[in-house]
Amino acid sequence: MDVLLEVRDLQTQFSTGGGVVRAVDGVSWDVRAGETVALVGESGCGKSVSALSVMRLVAAPAGRIVGGAILFKGRDLLALSDEEMRQIRGREISMIFQEPMTSLNPVLTVGRQVTETMEIHLGMTPARARGRAAEILTLVGISDPERRLGQYPHQFSGGMRQRIMVAMALTCNPALILADEPTTALDVTIQAQILELLKDLSRKLGVAMLMITHNLGIVARYADRVNVMYASRIVERGTAREIYAHPRHPYTLGLLRSVPRLDEPKKAKLAPIPGQPPDLTRLPPGCAFAPRCAFVMDRCRAERPELQSVGPEHVSACWVAGQLGQDGRG
Amino acid sequence: MSDVILEVRDLVKHFPVGGGFFGGKPALVKAVDGVSFSIRRGETLGLVGESGCGKTTAGRCILQLETPTSGQIIFEGQDLTGLTHQELRKVRRRMQVIFQDPYSSLNPRMTVGQIIAEPLAVHGIVPERWTRKARVTQLLSHAGLLPAMADRYPHELSGGQRQRVGVARALAMEPSLIICDEPVSALDVSIQAQIINLLEELQAEFGLTYLFVAHDLSVVRHISDRVAVMYLGKIAEITDRKSLYENPQHPYTKALLSAVPIPDPAVEAGRERVVLGGEVPSPLNPPPGCVFHPRCPIAVDECRRLVPELREVRPDHRAACLRI
Repeated sequence: MDVLLEVRDLQTQFSTGGGVVRAVDGVSWDVRAGETVALVGESGCGKSVSALSVMRLVAAPAGRIVGGAILFKGRDLLALSDEEMRQIRGREISMIFQEPMTSLNPVLTVGRQVTETMEIHLGMTPARARGRAAEILTLVGISDPERRLGQYPHQFSGGMRQRIMVAMALTCNPALILADEPTTALDVTIQAQILELLKDLSRKLGVAMLMITHNLGIVARYADRVNVMYASRIVERGTAREIYAHPRHPYTLGLLRSVPRLDEPKKAKLAPIPGQPPDLTRLPPGCAFAPRCAFVMDRCRAERPELQSVGPEHVSACWVAGQLGQDGRG
Repeated sequence: MSDVILEVRDLVKHFPVGGGFFGGKPALVKAVDGVSFSIRRGETLGLVGESGCGKTTAGRCILQLETPTSGQIIFEGQDLTGLTHQELRKVRRRMQVIFQDPYSSLNPRMTVGQIIAEPLAVHGIVPERWTRKARVTQLLSHAGLLPAMADRYPHELSGGQRQRVGVARALAMEPSLIICDEPVSALDVSIQAQIINLLEELQAEFGLTYLFVAHDLSVVRHISDRVAVMYLGKIAEITDRKSLYENPQHPYTKALLSAVPIPDPAVEAGRERVVLGGEVPSPLNPPPGCVFHPRCPIAVDECRRLVPELREVRPDHRAACLRI
């Protein structure tokens, strides 16, 4: 399959009062045409900053992309001028944010916000753009689109607003959608609606998707491939099936073991990961996960493991990755 | 085991909105609309539902943080709805709460030690200052925190640690019932399990009873003995954990369970999905008949007219649906 987006050794930093935070520290991943790739991790692991870096929306001057390359259809986005980047943003790559209320403009009608990108990027007349907007609203399951286009965001429910965000992301037929926790703010039944919608649309329209989430269940249901992030780095990557059946990093293993599952008999006790995520301004010298790891050795505290192959299309950054796979997920 | 610690009888809480100054009748938000359940001593009752279903309001009514519009709340044999302020204060010692957001439920200008010591002093549980400190240390250790934490301020703690402080503060009163209102939903996945285990350990150690209000069905299944599912101010289904998860009767419960993704692609691939259409209607203007009928996959004509009663559909398993 064609590689659509390739992120190579990306490094994004923020200067804060407490020192330099390496929010993304030498991260590489890719998305192929038409597939859904997940970026999983807990708050502060750098998954959202990775997506913002791709869009070149990292807040300056505190935040800076200091190294790496982001190749989209072979062009390095980091080398583009602001004007060239604007041609890509919203047209070829679009983004869906977590909080639909704060990412819609409250004083503009929904119609204005959905048609704007089409008028700017595709040069449509307002009338044509409005016609197309109505079509897209129907596509994302909003009934009576003509009337709804004239309304303001506050007249929509949370789930409907997120549908508007999906509609806005689709207006220019992008090749890639970056969805940053698209359903975290929504109720379970609405979450199911939006995710099914995203999956249907990405299949029907052939759009590739990067799905950023902390929810392991959503990843299992929707992703083809998975990147697990911890403390600004990718610690494991593989196909979804492989990662869940044979996790080869203690962090992935720990995450999978710590969540209760509806399909398994109730456990007497959950197996949490001890401790808490590290402070990114004061990372330990070796493996960042070492202080919480059940398999830690002396070497882990001194030397940081790099990603190494542990199977077909499966890499893990752990010194004991080889042994981990042997006993399954236990 | 059959000793009932809390009984909620036909609880109703309506909030008036709008209306007022220029006359006009205020509209009513029917947040809780006729809810009854009981909790036995030492057990955990899970109360699940989506936002706006009334689960948090029900919890707040039990705590008397909201005055119920009607209904009774019988806690340890005493009806709380008729009590004076003074009498309530005594009851509140026995009934504590852990809130969802550990960031906003701790006073940022007090140290952790002061936060935990305050109720000990106010209620005269440990009146002397010097013994209070020892008690705070003890409570911190029950909650899995080091004694040194007493001198820290909430902003210096992580989310998980803050929630532990919330737990220690609730324990300080030596309560018999703790209402946990989404205690883990603001926490990271790897930290959630720590807090859940802590709550379970404390329950075993101190014989606590929990009302566990949450929207995460996997977590509720793990921690609860019995589970009540709420929808738009009413209980849709209530039974023991095993029956609810293995043999759900109400179509809403079935849809909720189906909406929860399971962290295993192999299992997910073969799962049947019931995706509910539409959204939760406004509690300002709930649908007539069964409140769930506009979204229900098996609704028939009479569901639009008749309000289903919560009735026993199997032994010790009650559901409010005409089609069962």
